[in-house]
Amino acid sequence: MKDITINITDREGVTHNLLAPTDMAMNLMELCKSYELPVEGTCGGMAMCASCQCYVLSETSLPEKQDEEEAMLSEAFYVKDNSRLGCQIHLTESLDGLHVELAPEY
Amino acid sequence: MIKTDILIIGAGPTGLFTVFEAGLLKLKCHLIDALPQPGGQCSEIYPKKPIYDIPGFPEILAGDLTQNLLEQGKQFEPGFTLGERAETLEKLEDGTFLVTTNKGTVHNAPVVAIAGGLGSFEPRKPRIENLSHFEDNGVEYIIKDPEIYRDKRVVIAGGGDSALDWSIFLADVASSVTLVHRRNEFRGALDSVEKVRALKYAGKINLITPAEITAIHGNGRVNSLTVKRQEEELQLKTDHFVPLFGLSPKLGPIGNWGLEIEKNAIKVNNALDYQTNIPGVFAIGDVNTYPGKLKLILCGFHEATLMCQAAYKIINPGKKYVLKYTTVSGIDGFDGTRKEAPKAVIQAIG
Repeated sequence: MKDITINITDREGVTHNLLAPTDMAMNLMELCKSYELPVEGTCGGMAMCASCQCYVLSETSLPEKQDEEEAMLSEAFYVKDNSRLGCQIHLTESLDGLHVELAPEY
Repeated sequence: MIKTDILIIGAGPTGLFTVFEAGLLKLKCHLIDALPQPGGQCSEIYPKKPIYDIPGFPEILAGDLTQNLLEQGKQFEPGFTLGERAETLEKLEDGTFLVTTNKGTVHNAPVVAIAGGLGSFEPRKPRIENLSHFEDNGVEYIIKDPEIYRDKRVVIAGGGDSALDWSIFLADVASSVTLVHRRNEFRGALDSVEKVRALKYAGKINLITPAEITAIHGNGRVNSLTVKRQEEELQLKTDHFVPLFGLSPKLGPIGNWGLEIEKNAIKVNNALDYQTNIPGVFAIGDVNTYPGKLKLILCGFHEATLMCQAAYKIINPGKKYVLKYTTVSGIDGFDGTRKEAPKAVIQAIG
């Protein structure tokens, strides 16, 4: 289990290169919160609020969306084809180099 | 004017448990909440989700936890101002506080406990130009009185439980109900989805998917909407447009009360009693922050308990307080009820 690098572009356009552990059962929303990026994670990671929505900018292959994420994104705003919920993306070694941009707040 | 001992802002689990702990100290509580029902996030966002870290409950649904907390505090007869958002806080000369809601309801108490969680829940509004123009003129984000839709044409947008439930309910009230959703699939209780399907085939709900409302038209009041379904644009005549895209919490007016705020939370003194920088105003549960803070329901319960002790001292200056165990003293409700452990019976055998 090694640490990986995740690149996150915040809402001001600043990109943060974050070192992320892969052995702590963390997801992308939690990673943002632990580095104090402005991600609310209101529902705590249940795919029920979309406050951790982000756009995937890199070609990294990600796990498929489950029904809950799909459904939440269908109700969220500012949704694009590359939208994902950070809380549904679990940090694993294969995500090394992932680049996402935080979606606007609403 | 509503008078009470501890005025609690926020009727989530922490606020509801405060009623019980305050009751043990013979202090009366009144709760204000922006949502129309108590429970906060537990009832608004995840009532059907199990929680596994409530001490003594290996597993409990968030909705059931809310019901249990209401039941636990019932004998202390809490008052509720629901569906109103606490707007202003004012300190009076006698040292008590006035809290006024957005609807103008005035509350007065010597102690204010902010248990506001992540803030008050505000409707999430779709991005449609001039939407705000039509608010209360045909656009409503929350259905308060279904009767206003009687024999009117209603368009509901959204794909969750509330969009489904209200479409079903209004099918018998409104002259026509149209449900517009971005996808063909709905996220909601299975039987609601089935009911909507049945009502669609019965011609009682007009279902338009996958589609989105892109414009509102009318002269002062809504009279039609533009609906975009894939490449096609439809014009829909309607009297009401009800976007139901859920609610999201905002710290809101509390942020302007002169409280010390750090990272969207209220700073408190956790070494003692969770008091804020305004003496007499406390912050408990997810709304506060201090070194080592954890946003957990069980931590909110602990914070509420300690806060009540400090509130007691403010309300009863100079009076001594001795901690009593409910197993020993029982509970005397404000409603005249008394609960106590049955006395042990000592009997000889033989």
